[in-house]
Amino acid sequence: MEAFKTVKGVVLPIDRSNIDTDAIIPKQYLKSVARSGFGANLFDEWRYLDHGEPGQEHSNRPINPNFVLNEKRYTGAEVLLARSNFGCGSSREHAVWALRDYGVKVIIASSFADIFFNNCFKNGLLPLVLPEDVIDVLFDSIKDEPGYMLEVDLESQNIITPDGTQHSFDIERFRKYCLVNGFDDIDLTLQHKKDISEFEASHKQRMPWLFEDIS
Amino acid sequence: MNTPRSHSKTLFEKIFDRHVIVTRESGDALLFIDRQLIHDLHYRAFEELQATGRTIRYPDQLFATPDHSVPTTAKKLTDIPQGEMRDTVAGLQGAAERIGFTHFDMTDPRHGIVHVIGPEQGITLPGLTLVCGDSHTSTHGALGCLSFGIGSTEVKHVLATQTLWQRKPRNMRITVDGTLGPGLSAKDIILAIIRHIGAAGGTGYAIEYAGSAIRQLSIEGRMTISNMTIEAGARFGIIAPDDKTLEYVYGRPHAPTGEKWEEAMAYWRTLPSDDTAVFAKEININAAAIEPTVTWGNSPQFCVGISDVIPDPASETDLATRANMESALTYMDLLPGTPINKIEIDRVFIGSCTNSRIEDLRQAAEVFKGRCVVVPTLVVPGSGLVKSEAEREGLDRIFIDAGAQWREPGCSMCVAINGDVLLPGQRCASTSNRNFQGRQGMGSRTHLVSPAMAAAAAVTGRFTDSRQLSR
Ligand code: SF4
Repeated sequence: MEAFKTVKGVVLPIDRSNIDTDAIIPKQYLKSVARSGFGANLFDEWRYLDHGEPGQEHSNRPINPNFVLNEKRYTGAEVLLARSNFGCGSSREHAVWALRDYGVKVIIASSFADIFFNNCFKNGLLPLVLPEDVIDVLFDSIKDEPGYMLEVDLESQNIITPDGTQHSFDIERFRKYCLVNGFDDIDLTLQHKKDISEFEASHKQRMPWLFEDIS
Repeated sequence: MNTPRSHSKTLFEKIFDRHVIVTRESGDALLFIDRQLIHDLHYRAFEELQATGRTIRYPDQLFATPDHSVPTTAKKLTDIPQGEMRDTVAGLQGAAERIGFTHFDMTDPRHGIVHVIGPEQGITLPGLTLVCGDSHTSTHGALGCLSFGIGSTEVKHVLATQTLWQRKPRNMRITVDGTLGPGLSAKDIILAIIRHIGAAGGTGYAIEYAGSAIRQLSIEGRMTISNMTIEAGARFGIIAPDDKTLEYVYGRPHAPTGEKWEEAMAYWRTLPSDDTAVFAKEININAAAIEPTVTWGNSPQFCVGISDVIPDPASETDLATRANMESALTYMDLLPGTPINKIEIDRVFIGSCTNSRIEDLRQAAEVFKGRCVVVPTLVVPGSGLVKSEAEREGLDRIFIDAGAQWREPGCSMCVAINGDVLLPGQRCASTSNRNFQGRQGMGSRTHLVSPAMAAAAAVTGRFTDSRQLSR
């Protein structure tokens, strides 16, 4: 996994709550053999006026001019701003891959769905929870300021607005450590190999019925 | 009031604690995962793992079946047209053959939706930890186990290590007391719960369902409740094992037998939450007040009783919710004040891991008997075993005689990636679990209901109180 660096980027505001993973990446892309290239299909049904299919050429698809992502001023956005319960619905990790592939590195919302939140950390995407009143202020500021950028400093756990205002955020220490270093989870877990083996042995004694098939 | 003793625990905590291998300073625990279920959309996990030189730690604790991509008209792999769907199903089969884990392929009578066959085969047992790369893995919690949905990276983590890092969630208890009215079902209860706590009401929690109305439900009904827990934001929806649970599990292919059964049962009896266990949040619901329920928006929390009308966003004080309601009404092409029973539908889908078990089909058949559908109706059993049981009971004849289509098991129009799909603008009464925009096809309009309500809509062409059609 790529290590997370400080991000300073354009903010894309999607003023909705309950943005579900079906909306982030529609299900037809789940069958795709590829694990990358989903950026062109991020918010596919909101973004284009036609129905998209995997493997299709996207450059000539009809664009929905009313969807905020298609506005010129948000081109190249690296920070996404939304409301509560972001990423609810299906566990598809494709939602995170699509956001990452599009170039999003940070999502700011007042709350996230649990599975999506976990999936973010596995892919170097930082989901940030801020209080609703701060989110309100951010939405308002973006409206009045084309090219509005936020700086997200993971090390100091602050976001910094263009006028220098800082909002601090919480992040669980170990998750931060993994993001900053780009660590692979499996390797870290296998450092506990001995603990796992010992646990297994005693677990088999305590709950032998679970291992009926294992001699 | 009882003072909680320090060692008193909830059902959830008992199972969680028993599976902790080590705990990090941060509070995250490395949990031992007893069993993993795999469906077709995750077939690439095996190649990806092996490409990095890793092996599968416990193939014996891995159970797979193709469900998402199987066409409901296909009986075997070669019936699927060449292309992604077939590659996906073949990919899983190939991995099973190479690695040697249990795989219920399309020709296996035990094949079906992963969350239907887990309990059916006794793979799901009380007290275990079970994961699947699918958010509706919460279903299995109905048997009193710790089951939860995970993403692709975590699927590989479990394959390689048989463990997962988890932060212990807070516990919420939802107590549903009172008697559910005749003609109502578990689906109405869970929709009422989601309406009450909201689509994010359970985020960060493990929910335990309790109360007389939950105890009265069959295990299948309880699975419908646990299944939709994720629609309230919680990954875990757990119900204490009781005599019904043990009776359900007993004799299933992967359930323990003989002495091991006795030993397991003794442990399972210790699982219910202690009387003095503390829940971070308690919710009480009165079952007697629940009506047959219909969703009208693009989140399951947007639902009302059949005798109600479409609510007016203008009366909603929370601005974000109001905006959500407005966009939902536009998408769903509905106006505030419209009586639910005046809404006409174009299609009906009866199936999905929420409502495709034998009881669900019986409830639908009860309404279909002697009537004819007036809109295209698809009935898709949750597994091959459900299908053959339904056929043994003659339910298939009732569906077919009513003009409905009776298909092969799979996810079908719940997720609409197998070819069963609504056309843009079509309105569907569906027994599935998600009414998101485009869920059943681009521009599709989904209303979630119980099997009886779906059948009533199928024979009348609009939402109809199924109780009026009961004999
Ligand atoms: S039936 Fe629907 S919700 Fe259930 S596993 Fe299949 S796609 Fe997911």
